[in-house]
Amino acid sequence: MGNILRNQKFRGILFQAVALSVVAVVLIGMVMNTKASLDAQGLTAGFNFLDRSTGWDFSFSVLPYEISDTYTRVILIGVLNTLLLGFLGLLLATILGIIIGLIRTSKNYLFSLLGTIYVEVFRNVPLILQAIFWYAILTNLPRPRQALNFADSIFLSGRGLYFPVLNIPLWSFALMVAMCIAWLITLGWLRHKMDASLAYHRLKKMGWIALIIAIVVIGYLARIPETTLFDIPALKGLNFRGGMRMPPELTALVVAIALYGGAYIGEVIRAGLMAVPKGQIEAAYVNGLSNFQIFWHIRMPLAIRAVLPSLTNQYVQLMKATTIGIVVGFSDLFMIISTSINQSGQTLELLAILMACFLAINLSIAFVMNTINQKIALKGYEVKS
Amino acid sequence: MNTSNQTLNDVLAPPKPSFGGVLKQRLFNTPLDAVITIVCAGLLFYLLYNVIDWAFLSSIWKAEDEPLCRDATGACWSVIDARHRIIMFGLFPFEEHWRSTVACVVMILTIVLSCVPWFWSAVRLGLLWILGFGTFYILMHGGIFGLTEITPERWGGLALTLFIFAAVSIIGMPLSVILALGRRSKLPVIAKMVGLFIDFFRSLPLLTILFTAAVITPFLLPGWLQGDKLYRVIVGFAIFFACYQAENIRAGLQAIPPGQDEAGLTLGLSYWQRVGRIQLPQAFRNSLPAIVNQFVITFKETSIVTIVGFFEILASGSAAFGTGQWTAHYIEVYVFIGLIYFIFVFSLSRYGAYLERKLRVGHG
Repeated sequence: MGNILRNQKFRGILFQAVALSVVAVVLIGMVMNTKASLDAQGLTAGFNFLDRSTGWDFSFSVLPYEISDTYTRVILIGVLNTLLLGFLGLLLATILGIIIGLIRTSKNYLFSLLGTIYVEVFRNVPLILQAIFWYAILTNLPRPRQALNFADSIFLSGRGLYFPVLNIPLWSFALMVAMCIAWLITLGWLRHKMDASLAYHRLKKMGWIALIIAIVVIGYLARIPETTLFDIPALKGLNFRGGMRMPPELTALVVAIALYGGAYIGEVIRAGLMAVPKGQIEAAYVNGLSNFQIFWHIRMPLAIRAVLPSLTNQYVQLMKATTIGIVVGFSDLFMIISTSINQSGQTLELLAILMACFLAINLSIAFVMNTINQKIALKGYEVKS
Repeated sequence: MNTSNQTLNDVLAPPKPSFGGVLKQRLFNTPLDAVITIVCAGLLFYLLYNVIDWAFLSSIWKAEDEPLCRDATGACWSVIDARHRIIMFGLFPFEEHWRSTVACVVMILTIVLSCVPWFWSAVRLGLLWILGFGTFYILMHGGIFGLTEITPERWGGLALTLFIFAAVSIIGMPLSVILALGRRSKLPVIAKMVGLFIDFFRSLPLLTILFTAAVITPFLLPGWLQGDKLYRVIVGFAIFFACYQAENIRAGLQAIPPGQDEAGLTLGLSYWQRVGRIQLPQAFRNSLPAIVNQFVITFKETSIVTIVGFFEILASGSAAFGTGQWTAHYIEVYVFIGLIYFIFVFSLSRYGAYLERKLRVGHG
């Protein structure tokens, strides 16, 4: 017996078996306990509640909705709201981050100092505090009558941000976006098939022209009849009519995520630009390339390859950070789920849905970014970030 | 012979650029550069002037001067003067505020001392934190040494923020070491299970985990295991923290050449001797900047507990201007809280950057 206990292989198996049974006991205990507390509250487990109507209201929705809508639809709206917030926030954060990264790598002392101040201020204060701060500022803006006016078409007031939109139905807009995405994917595939040949460049040019013509034609044919091309918001009585309204909750969150994420992404971009070996730049300089050419053909392509993995990480982090929407009352997925839990009591099912949605969103981001990363990787050359 | 004691390096070294030369090169290299410099200088001056004017020159400082605030163009710091106790201490009983203050000072001192390399051994760091955290807890909770008892429901403000941060660190750090070792274990079942555990928690937003800990664990756990809501949230937070920290430590472990461990094995050292004496000390050294960075992120993330209903400094700040006369001065309160966070987070992250530079030099 003593011999067997000294046997390393046997001890390994024994230890693993013990660990596995402990985990199993804990999990079974949790399930039993949950069942007991559900029975005590008279609740039935299962996903049948998804077809029930919710009966409660929330602040913001991408899709039209009614109070009588089912849980399925309300959760779908929550997902779309989170995606919209994430898309706008990440897009602006990326643009801002690229600008900040460039400013911070500038040789000019004062210029890079400005970038440093920005990064240190916005990175060292919690995102949630920034969101609350912008929300307080936005809701304390003047009423629509005294709204801040940009060129008589964009208005910023305590009620939110109003801006003009094209007078076209949603489906045609979706069609345009789909066409753009389809074209970009085709372009990537063509590039892969044909390399950077002359035929490829001709095809690329023609494709772009065809895309623009198609978008204009669809926009013209599908526009809502007897309206102007643009739907411009205008003050009617006490509030604005027309245009698109971005409520202060969403605006505050987008601004906060853009500024906070911009500081982080700026650092990622800076690291990428610094990772480009000095010899490459010097070689380009010796070959007589202009500063812009060096940036566009040498530094940027190499930097993009160096930053993609850390950029993916940043995107996933920021996407998870959008859950703080609840502090300003933005009806994102988390807020919808927590309200649903309060109202329906189907805690575990709703939590599982929440986790599954976030897993799906994060895995999709990682998948898309990793695919891009593999497609653009240089063979046999590596830049370390 | 002037040059006799000069080395070849001294002779060949490039001439040191003059101060004026550096200035010219970094600020006025090209005409465009000069324009950018002048515009930036203008912008910086404008920003600086406005901030100083708002915060100092045209601001009102005393609480009793609140009526003057309506006409002032600058900040109305009266709100801080009048409400700073709410912001810093939350609902802590007024007469006992000194305890909260001393506790915060003790905790900050503990954090600062942990940054001194002399304390970097398991025994010293352990003792320091037991002492620091113990003092903090006794001061806050009371019940012994003639201090009246104050339950955690009434804790608030900066003390609660520091308490959550410290407790998460204390529970999270040992846990993260266990998780990192578990994931690198040679036993496949253990490695897979720990890997799954870490990846699961890392894929979720912190808020989801805190929400689960606060609202949903009462369903999962039997009554005797539930404990106070604050402790459940801290444990959830600590698990989340440990999963991220474990990945940092794992990166440090993987950077150690395998020969180190094999040498230990040849010398007949046991697993725990190899882990404790060879692997972990080097892993910590390798990933120290990343570990400090995780603490920085965690300090910022303590603000999220406000969503699950705790009165930490962000929530107590919002309460500070919530009443009548102060509602208009939310900006001052948020700037004040922002500054408190900034001081902690900025000094911690500067410390991390300092460590990174220092360690890089050490490696040559």
